[in-house]
Amino acid sequence: MAEVYLNSKFVGNVDNPIELVQKIRDERRKGLITDNLNVYYHEKANEVQLESSKGRARRPLIIVKDGVPLLTEKHIKQLEKNEISWSDLIKQGIIEYLDAAEEENALIAFFENELAPENTHLEITPLAMLGYCTSLVPYGNFNQSTRLNAGSKNQKQALGFYASNFAVRMDMDVNLFHYPQRPLVNTIMHDTSNYDKHPAGQNLVVAIMSYKGYNMEDAIVLNKGSIERGFGRSTYYRPAIAEELRYAGGLVDQVCIPDKDVKGYKTEKDYRFLEDDGIIYPEAKVREGDVVIGKTSPPRFLSSMEEYSLASSTRRESSINLKHGEEGVVDFILLTENEEGNKLIQVRIRDGRVPEIGDKFTSRHGQKGIVGLIVPQSDMPFSASGIVPDLIFSPHGIPSRMTISHLIEMIAGKVGALAGRYINGTTFDAEPEERLRKELLSLGFRESGVETMYNGQTGEQYTAKIFIGDMYYLKLKHMVANKIHSRARGPIQLLTRQPTEGRAKEGGLRLGEMEKDTFVAHGASLLLKERFDSDRTIVPVCESCGIIAIRDNYRNKSYCPVCGENVTIDDIEISYAFKLMLDEFKSLGIYPKLQLESKY
Amino acid sequence: MADIISEYEDRLPAKIIGEVKDSIPKGVSDTKLKKIMEATCEEYNTAKVTPGEAVGLIAAESIGEPGTQMTLNTFHFAGVAEMNVTLGLPRIIEILDGRKELDNPMMEIYLKKPYASGKKLEDLRHLALQIKETRLTDISTELSINIADFTIEVKLDKDKMKELELTNAKVIDAISKQIKGYNIRDGKDSLIFKARSKEDTFNDAYKIKEKIKSATIKGIKGILQVMPVKREEEFVIITAGSNLADVLQLEEVDAYRTSTNNIFEIEQVLGIEAARQAIINEIFKVIESQGLNVDVRHIMLVSDTMCVSGTLKGITRYGVVSDKSSVLARASFETPIKHIINAALVGEVDNLNSVVENVMINQHIPIGTGLPSLTVKPQKAAKEK
Repeated sequence: MAEVYLNSKFVGNVDNPIELVQKIRDERRKGLITDNLNVYYHEKANEVQLESSKGRARRPLIIVKDGVPLLTEKHIKQLEKNEISWSDLIKQGIIEYLDAAEEENALIAFFENELAPENTHLEITPLAMLGYCTSLVPYGNFNQSTRLNAGSKNQKQALGFYASNFAVRMDMDVNLFHYPQRPLVNTIMHDTSNYDKHPAGQNLVVAIMSYKGYNMEDAIVLNKGSIERGFGRSTYYRPAIAEELRYAGGLVDQVCIPDKDVKGYKTEKDYRFLEDDGIIYPEAKVREGDVVIGKTSPPRFLSSMEEYSLASSTRRESSINLKHGEEGVVDFILLTENEEGNKLIQVRIRDGRVPEIGDKFTSRHGQKGIVGLIVPQSDMPFSASGIVPDLIFSPHGIPSRMTISHLIEMIAGKVGALAGRYINGTTFDAEPEERLRKELLSLGFRESGVETMYNGQTGEQYTAKIFIGDMYYLKLKHMVANKIHSRARGPIQLLTRQPTEGRAKEGGLRLGEMEKDTFVAHGASLLLKERFDSDRTIVPVCESCGIIAIRDNYRNKSYCPVCGENVTIDDIEISYAFKLMLDEFKSLGIYPKLQLESKY
Repeated sequence: MADIISEYEDRLPAKIIGEVKDSIPKGVSDTKLKKIMEATCEEYNTAKVTPGEAVGLIAAESIGEPGTQMTLNTFHFAGVAEMNVTLGLPRIIEILDGRKELDNPMMEIYLKKPYASGKKLEDLRHLALQIKETRLTDISTELSINIADFTIEVKLDKDKMKELELTNAKVIDAISKQIKGYNIRDGKDSLIFKARSKEDTFNDAYKIKEKIKSATIKGIKGILQVMPVKREEEFVIITAGSNLADVLQLEEVDAYRTSTNNIFEIEQVLGIEAARQAIINEIFKVIESQGLNVDVRHIMLVSDTMCVSGTLKGITRYGVVSDKSSVLARASFETPIKHIINAALVGEVDNLNSVVENVMINQHIPIGTGLPSLTVKPQKAAKEK
């Protein structure tokens, strides 16, 4: 007697649980019960668990009967001819999906030649244990698992050919990679996912050596010639969006070239690209501050006087302009309306991105790095056969990370490039490394992949032989052009008069509490004062009541709001934040009296 | 020779002079000795802290930075018995907060000569039992209340009692000192408690039952575990739980070396100077056990600040920080509203003499280059003329 549970709810008892389980499986394979049902007999608890609920991770396996897999050559041929499909195999009971529980009742063989009579299932391919991005890493079975994780994570950030209709799309913040290539060293996943229809990287000649310390700490050195030939170029698209909003009282925004008497009018020069409809023309080269869409809005608060006069003088300027640090070319303009029927204008701005120092690149093995130097081709090292690497990678990145696949890909890529064929580097099922080395030898190169190299600047031969090969590199979406930021003077916050925060607002870099402490620890009192000068103000203070007085510049006089004009008023220098704190004390009913005293 | 050295007595501290005396070879010429003394003076002066140095902040940074590398582990004492020791960052926080209740109070009890040798293991065992607290529950098998006449019967574990060298009379004697208003009858294998007053209710009996359970029969209150450990040539008793005052009363204990990790207790029993040294020792022990290297003088400064007021104060808003004279400095640490409102109520004056206040108002901080100022007030001087 065993208990039977359906989705963890008790449904009844059964005398022969093994027979029941077998019967359910048989019926499922025949297609009489849904293939979403999984059944599991727990021997120790003597209970049968049936599961049909959602949210279970399941995976497909080939069913094995008496040590023979049900999937035969015949099926594979039919599949190749497109006569049958995957779902047909499931319907025919050749392949089934098991969940974690049912796997406990199964004995799964990895490879066909390992099959024993006791086996119930056969793995389709060991690659099935990896996800999509991880299976794109060639020779992944030679790596530590953490590197595979890093490798697949990096690939997700790569720039590529993200959509073939990109020219007519209005995407926010996208990159398009120029001249993407299919990797020389493939995996099966590249074929099955149509990777060559949307590739994301380029095949490079990579040398593992140091270059004057410019590739320390994971940096890479790029060949300027390669960049000029088109390596790593991309386009960055960013839209500017404006809407004609409707306000209470029938007032609307208006897309136009603003009149000169509009509140907040910029300069004439800022509007120079706008056509009569108030929208910029395509292919205009714009820089920061330039207006892309001209727009005016009705006044924020209507006073009785202004209510009827809709003269442009009462309207406010609300144009869309390029933010600080942005530049590009107007690429594409879209005029449409939104859900409420308001006029909607989208302008797509394009900006070409050539690799520069600070851009991030990665191989497929979690070996990411930042460009440390771009070297003219004439100064790059070259091999005896005149090959100049596109990229120099530091040898210090290898030992601690143990990315053996990185090294094998270089050899495989080299063979692929020389023999003119793609190499299969599928994890667990790749072309063996020894064969590649032998082929490399037969192609007239050293088996080990190393070559004699010469210093590009002096022409001297390097003492060490340099490991050089071909590998697939990806450009990642983190580019300096989107991140570079500096400030000397700039905008301040209204409330505290301290500098704004963040690159978008052209903000300052905060000298925080702990940084302050270092100045104190050095006893650099005056330097500290200077650093914190950003919100310094001079305020008049009444000597008799100790409250901040008022300065009247028209009369060139200061007076105290409490004591009047016949008191001594001194100007003192304090931080505005402190003045703000005093004001807040006053609002709480606390009287912060300043007692003045000459410091000298 | 002696007179040359004594010339330097006002320029060098006695300890350094002593060190020099011990290390110079015999028969040095006077000129050479003078040179040595001059060099010592120079070395001593360069090692001194310059006026205006931010010693407190440097101490804070010097302890705080290695603190980030500390593991947050409490691990077990390396011994047979399972004994927890708080180590690492939690212990440092415990010490600096000046906590009265520790997570794992511990004592190291050193013994006087004849006992420490451990030659008579029987004596050592006897002593350990005398220190460890035994409660009534430890020697009883059953505790029941008779509802009919409100008596409480405690069945005794005779084997345990024998092991602990206890007799019924001794037990009764110990309990009767702690529980008043009850008659205790010796029933050989059990003790029967009966209230003297007749208005006793069931509730009272229930309450007293808990009291009886935790009554101390033998040993020192608060000492939960004892463990004799051989350290070099002598035996030391390590305990879980701490009661310094009572342990020092014992005749066999070497009061000079016995100590506890409960600093508050040290302050109560031995005074503030002992507490100051205990803080230094305890913090240094933690830092050393983590394999870090912090100069003791930083720790000494922290310990000094905790003890200057004469009582032990933690580095918290209730302790050291509440002693700051400046309102703004206190408010900038924790609970600003509380400090500002209290200052406003009594009309406190902030003279802006310290660092934080001057950072807030953006003025020179009186430290390092900001410390020197004019001693002559020009306006005042002009008037006097």
